[in-house]
Amino acid sequence: MKLRTTLFALTVALASATAAFAADPVKIGVITTLSGPGGYLGQDVRDGMKLAIDMEGGKLGGVPVELVVEDDANKPANGRQIAEKMMGDEKIKLLTGIIFSNIAGAVVPDVVDNGAIYVSANAAPSNLAGPDCNANYFVVPWQNDSLHEASGIAAKELGYKRAFILAPNYQAGKDALNGFKRTFGGEIVGEVYTQLDQTDYSAEMAQIRAAKPDVVFQFHPGGLGIAFLRQYQQAGLLGQIPMVLSEPSSDAVVLKSLGDAAVGLKVTSHWSPDFDNAASKELVAKWKATYPDRPLTTYGTQGYDVARLIASALKATGSIDNIDAFRAALKKADFQSVRGKFSFGSNQHPVQDWYLLEVVKGPDGVPTTKTVRKLIENYGDIHAKDCKL
Amino acid sequence: MTLILEQLLNGLLYGVMLFLMAAGLTLIFGIMGVINLAHGSLYMVGAFAGAWAASATGNFWLGLPAALVASTVVGIIVELGVMRRLYERDHLDQVLATFALILIFNELTVLLFGRQPIFLQLPDMLSQPIELLPGLLYPPFRLLIILVGLLVALGLYLLINRTRIGMLVRAGSTNRDMVRALGVDIRLLYTLIFGLGSMLAGLAGFMMAPVVSVQVGMGEQILLATFVVVVIGGVGSVKGAFVAGITLGVLDTGLRAFMPGLLRHLMAGPDADALGAGISSMGIYLLMAIVLLVQPKGLFPAKG
Repeated sequence: MKLRTTLFALTVALASATAAFAADPVKIGVITTLSGPGGYLGQDVRDGMKLAIDMEGGKLGGVPVELVVEDDANKPANGRQIAEKMMGDEKIKLLTGIIFSNIAGAVVPDVVDNGAIYVSANAAPSNLAGPDCNANYFVVPWQNDSLHEASGIAAKELGYKRAFILAPNYQAGKDALNGFKRTFGGEIVGEVYTQLDQTDYSAEMAQIRAAKPDVVFQFHPGGLGIAFLRQYQQAGLLGQIPMVLSEPSSDAVVLKSLGDAAVGLKVTSHWSPDFDNAASKELVAKWKATYPDRPLTTYGTQGYDVARLIASALKATGSIDNIDAFRAALKKADFQSVRGKFSFGSNQHPVQDWYLLEVVKGPDGVPTTKTVRKLIENYGDIHAKDCKL
Repeated sequence: MTLILEQLLNGLLYGVMLFLMAAGLTLIFGIMGVINLAHGSLYMVGAFAGAWAASATGNFWLGLPAALVASTVVGIIVELGVMRRLYERDHLDQVLATFALILIFNELTVLLFGRQPIFLQLPDMLSQPIELLPGLLYPPFRLLIILVGLLVALGLYLLINRTRIGMLVRAGSTNRDMVRALGVDIRLLYTLIFGLGSMLAGLAGFMMAPVVSVQVGMGEQILLATFVVVVIGGVGSVKGAFVAGITLGVLDTGLRAFMPGLLRHLMAGPDADALGAGISSMGIYLLMAIVLLVQPKGLFPAKG
């Protein structure tokens, strides 16, 4: 009799524990840049994730989730502080959202050392992709070098011989120029590192004019890119010296703010709004309905893809209590990316296709990108071979 | 040769921009003794108000009065509402309060305009570069900025050296208490100066709006260099702000433009570029350190 009561009590306790567990949403920590000139990047990543969650009615993969969003104000120290608070006080086991590679460099090692999982929605510095890769670190967008290697391939295939290249003086800027040089193979007539908080590029414009290159490649994400391209136009260089860009220097917001001047620019990217696959079309339509005033950027798609990846893993495991199972489920990348093909390489960075795009005038008059052709298929990154996972 | 000339113009442009910002800041700092970190926010207010008015009306030039009025009004509200309570406090309180203002202004701007940068289209006549000399193409809007900056400098010189208000300003920056003792309504003077400084910041913001991207946080990007100008020029001295602003603008641009090239004669390309970028970003701070060693109160100290 006593045994039966105990068993009954145990069953009730277990049942209620499970019920309590089901009601407790899985918390996802989103550390991202919401203020300053890079603010719209973080906003789009966050809203891409929100959109994926809203489309499932507050769930991902059938499991209720809660986003805990904090602004790192584009400062590595802030990012690290937020990460420690999220992991310590709030016991969050799954983090994402960082935009800038210098912040990722400060935060990601801390997160994975604590046994939590970090899924990158944008930043992918080279120093975390090679020997220092980690089983708990997944990157959905790209590896920084590969992103710009695609531009190097494009510049080479378009027949340019002499390039002038520029990027801000920080980790992702160095990755960018290294990546471009690796595949371009031509002569580099000028290589300039700008400041990460620079607003006036007139000195660089004069140098470009004096160097007379065949092509300019520049990587300036967010507001930097708008200022750079606008001044390039005002200096009268836009019609004279062609420019090949990687996606972050020419996202939909940059193009919108440049207006007609952007038409004709050559861009390399892993996604374009005209992609003909169901996942992309669904997101484009949904974004337009939810945020009619804001163009969908690749940052938005990356936030969305991160959420869908997490959804695929949660669907398989039901929770993140068993971190090993969750990690294994993430690694399968069993979701439909808006880019089409997507899988993880050995260092858990994407293996995907890269495309050459051209900026054209969209139906509503706002410039958008049109796919020209595929540049390279199933492309991973150069650092994967140094990663022992 | 044309490259040097072009870089000189670029330096001049950056210099007058710094002067417009620093003139207001140095007056506020010198006369009222307030460290106003929120000066960059007024620059942002000018840029946003101008860009908004220009795109709402479709007329670029209507943005100018909008920017001036908005930044002046906001500046005066800040002076009446916040600054007045800070004059007697120590610098730490002022820094805290004006830093809070930065955060408040940034968040208000996010609420009003969103986080995406907004776009200000130049009129057609100003958007195509003109040929100043054979081979020297330069955007006309930038020439206009330089011209306006120099005119403002002249206007300020006349205002401060030739008018009664200017006399009070000079007196106020030399000996505040004596001016008060002589029966001048120092509170009104403070409000006027704060409004004037805000208007200059708003003018700078509007003129930079078509060049850089108009977005939240743009004020903080220029604020640090502005403080360096104020320190080098001497607190409270508009003349100092002008000389230091132009010097710093030309120095910074020159270093950025020519340092990597010079170093490339000495070492390999990538090393030269990296070192050159490093040295040129230190340039203005090195100059500040040297000036402070030789002239601890800046080049043209207003107080004896």
